[in-house]
Amino acid sequence: MEVLQLLISGMANGCVYGLVALGFVLIYKATEAVNFAQGDFMMLGAFVTLGFVNPEFMGIPFWLALPLVFLVMGTFGYLLDVIVLRAVFGQNQVAVIILTISLGFVLRFVAGLIWGHEPLSLHSPLALGDLRMGELVLGMADVAIIITTFVLTLLLWQFFQRTKIGLAMQAASQNQMAAYYMGIPVKRIHGLVWALAGIVAAVAGILYASKGAIDPNAGFIGIKAFAAAVIGGFGSLPGALMGGLIVGIIEPFAARYLPPGYSQIAPYALLIGVLLFRPHGLFAQVRVKKV
Amino acid sequence: MRIHFKTSYDHDIRLFQDGWQAFLYTALLALMVALPFLIDDFFLGEATNVLIWATCGLGLMLLTGQTGQASLGHSAFMALGCYTCVLLMEAGVPFILAFPLGGVITGVIGALIAIPALKLHGVYLAIATLALAILTDDLIVMLEPWTGGVGGKNAPPIIVFGLEINRWSSPVAWYYMALVVVLIVTLFYRNLLRAPMGRAFAAVRDSEISAQAMGVNISRTKTLAFGLSAGITGLGGALMGLFSEIFNNETFTFIISIQLLMMIVVGGLGFIHGAFLGAIVIAFLPQFLSIVSDSMGSNVAIPGLETAVFGVIMILFILFEPMGLYGRWLKIRTFLELFPFARKDMFRRQKSYLKTERLR
Amino acid sequence: MSLLTLENVTLKFGGLTAVNKLSMDVKEGEVFALVGPNGAGKSTVFNLISRFYTPFEGKITFDGQDLLKLPPDEVPSLGIARTFQNIELFDQATVLDNLLVGRHRLRKTNLVEQMLHLPSVRREEREHRAAVEEVIDFLDLQPYRNKRIAGLPYGVRKVVEVGRALASKPRLLLLDEPASGLSVEETQNMRWWIDDIRRHMGITVLMVEHDMGLVSKVCDRVLALADGAKLAEGTPEEVQNHPAVISAYLGTGDAA
Repeated sequence: MEVLQLLISGMANGCVYGLVALGFVLIYKATEAVNFAQGDFMMLGAFVTLGFVNPEFMGIPFWLALPLVFLVMGTFGYLLDVIVLRAVFGQNQVAVIILTISLGFVLRFVAGLIWGHEPLSLHSPLALGDLRMGELVLGMADVAIIITTFVLTLLLWQFFQRTKIGLAMQAASQNQMAAYYMGIPVKRIHGLVWALAGIVAAVAGILYASKGAIDPNAGFIGIKAFAAAVIGGFGSLPGALMGGLIVGIIEPFAARYLPPGYSQIAPYALLIGVLLFRPHGLFAQVRVKKV
Repeated sequence: MRIHFKTSYDHDIRLFQDGWQAFLYTALLALMVALPFLIDDFFLGEATNVLIWATCGLGLMLLTGQTGQASLGHSAFMALGCYTCVLLMEAGVPFILAFPLGGVITGVIGALIAIPALKLHGVYLAIATLALAILTDDLIVMLEPWTGGVGGKNAPPIIVFGLEINRWSSPVAWYYMALVVVLIVTLFYRNLLRAPMGRAFAAVRDSEISAQAMGVNISRTKTLAFGLSAGITGLGGALMGLFSEIFNNETFTFIISIQLLMMIVVGGLGFIHGAFLGAIVIAFLPQFLSIVSDSMGSNVAIPGLETAVFGVIMILFILFEPMGLYGRWLKIRTFLELFPFARKDMFRRQKSYLKTERLR
Repeated sequence: MSLLTLENVTLKFGGLTAVNKLSMDVKEGEVFALVGPNGAGKSTVFNLISRFYTPFEGKITFDGQDLLKLPPDEVPSLGIARTFQNIELFDQATVLDNLLVGRHRLRKTNLVEQMLHLPSVRREEREHRAAVEEVIDFLDLQPYRNKRIAGLPYGVRKVVEVGRALASKPRLLLLDEPASGLSVEETQNMRWWIDDIRRHMGITVLMVEHDMGLVSKVCDRVLALADGAKLAEGTPEEVQNHPAVISAYLGTGDAA
């Protein structure tokens, strides 16, 4: 029973990591930029929702606020690409890494200014309390998170398979030059990918906040999500989700069965192990640069 | 613009291009030596801090600026250098031996870590090193018997040739010690740049394929660069720990790595000057901010303000001056030297297409 | 005497056969050209010699030594230098430093000696620089000496690449399309240089080139490739008039 309980809560955490990881894999695949601020995007998404929904702020009903949140976060992602990231397009990766880390610093500060540094809880319809079945205590939020994540994944998959924009995004991520010559507006596609990453981050943020409180430092889970993305193989969307689940599930089990202190290093130890033995992740195939 | 008439190969080898440059740097050195007589103890402490950050920065510069490998994990090597040096001192090794030994041990361990890590490229390396920094933070806590864990460790007294160097009772001696270290490191760095290994580093940075075709062993070169970088940063870390007198895992969190990387970018990636300019920014920014907020009449510290301001500075630099402060200075100097013939587009950034590093 | 020999070399990428049972030998002191349509496998042959690729079967020997036993970064130590079709220079370094990297295989001092800048290092540096200045004079690179590659025009970069290869004092020089993208005048210069490299420096040259004008002027022997296999081999004239070559270039009757 205990195992099942750990598994469910681990999976729920893992879904959040997975969604954040999904965000930066999306961006990485399309633009080769690595968004080290994706965790902070998630934090921002949660706070924007909180700002719309919570009675002490605007108090709009959740389901009405949801499209607004997506609009705000999507616009934010799009503008960020247009204003900031387009300027460093094609520059070396150190520049992009530092740029996005700095962006994270700024977002954290701004969120602290607006919403304060005390942990706040979101009035979310997903915060459903616990379900008791004998010895088993199931967090209903956990179950809801898992379901939402799978629905979102299905939607994204359909989006990439079926819609014109989704196909264009795929093309642009596989061969930018070829896509450009085929008349795909690569730059605009980049903006849209950032917008999509913003929306995915918003969903991740809402899920994260439904499990507990949110504060400006919540973005630090981005680091675990990084581990997830690398474990899954940085270029693969399903890999990112799987990596997230792996990290999420390892954590509670390590906390339960390993001596204290060892549990928090488990994800990073796993990350380093994966990098040593499968440098391109568990779910990736590799090609060599052509001369 | 000064014209150089070259009459021997030594012209290209020597440290300074001409007498004027030699004079400028000698003057700068004289100023640094005279500094304790010009400013009070508080600012001397800040200057020492700048030199320590510059030492760490030179270490990372060698790896990121020269060899092109981004590391977000250099706080791990700062910690390693610091704990090694202090543990050696506690075991009775005199400081004058323990300090360089700490650097060497850190360098060797760094090189060992590099062997697997450098199979990774770009982002993967950045993330792996970030994980290394986080692991080190946790390891310091877990290895409490040696490291003192969260409770921290008190730096033992530094005794050099019978003279005790203490931050409070002899700040001038501390300053000179840091100055000597940073000068030696800078000289080594400069020597490397005018020798085959330094050029091999740049070759690996710019094109691994053709470096290989010129006979550069990529993995050995990267490993050497990583080890050397770790060693220098270890020396800087040891100074930092000793200077702060008490240190624990918090002294060397991964945030320090990030700051270090940002620092060398602000200063100017790939230039020795960049490490120093960046160190000045990072050491004086907190002072500057507190002066500004005092003058605005607010006594309450705004949490995260410092990192946020630093973040904004970084964003502005990357967008508008990717070559950092030193790059800006080069432009100003060229403008003055050519005046009034400098043209605005002389430094225009070349339009670059995405040069993919991705393998898939 | 043959300097470089390929025997029955085959390379496959997945199902695609890039080089098919190719045998050739380059004699000491000659200029040898590989020609053929795009995708014929010419650059692949270069990459095999540089050891970037390992052949599926066959032997490659240089001056009697088995090249296949060496990793790519030890190939230059035998005296093989090369240029790249799509220019692979060290963009952020100066022309001088690029050429000095060419001297890498000839270094004698180690890291510690270099950090301390011992007299041995200075002596060595003088030798490297003397050699590099000769190359700079030979290729007329004086005006660009201290310029960074990133700001140089295409034609100059091509020459710098040749210079970097020459700086390593090779016995065999591999030139991958030395004249592609060059103006008529620059191509003319390249022609004199290749002549001089062979005559005065005594370096054997193996080149890939599309410009048949250049090939027929500087090369002793030509090998035509199509689909990774040898079509014809001989003097430039013989190859140009070979029926198989003509049909490969102009298409066979039924395709036309």
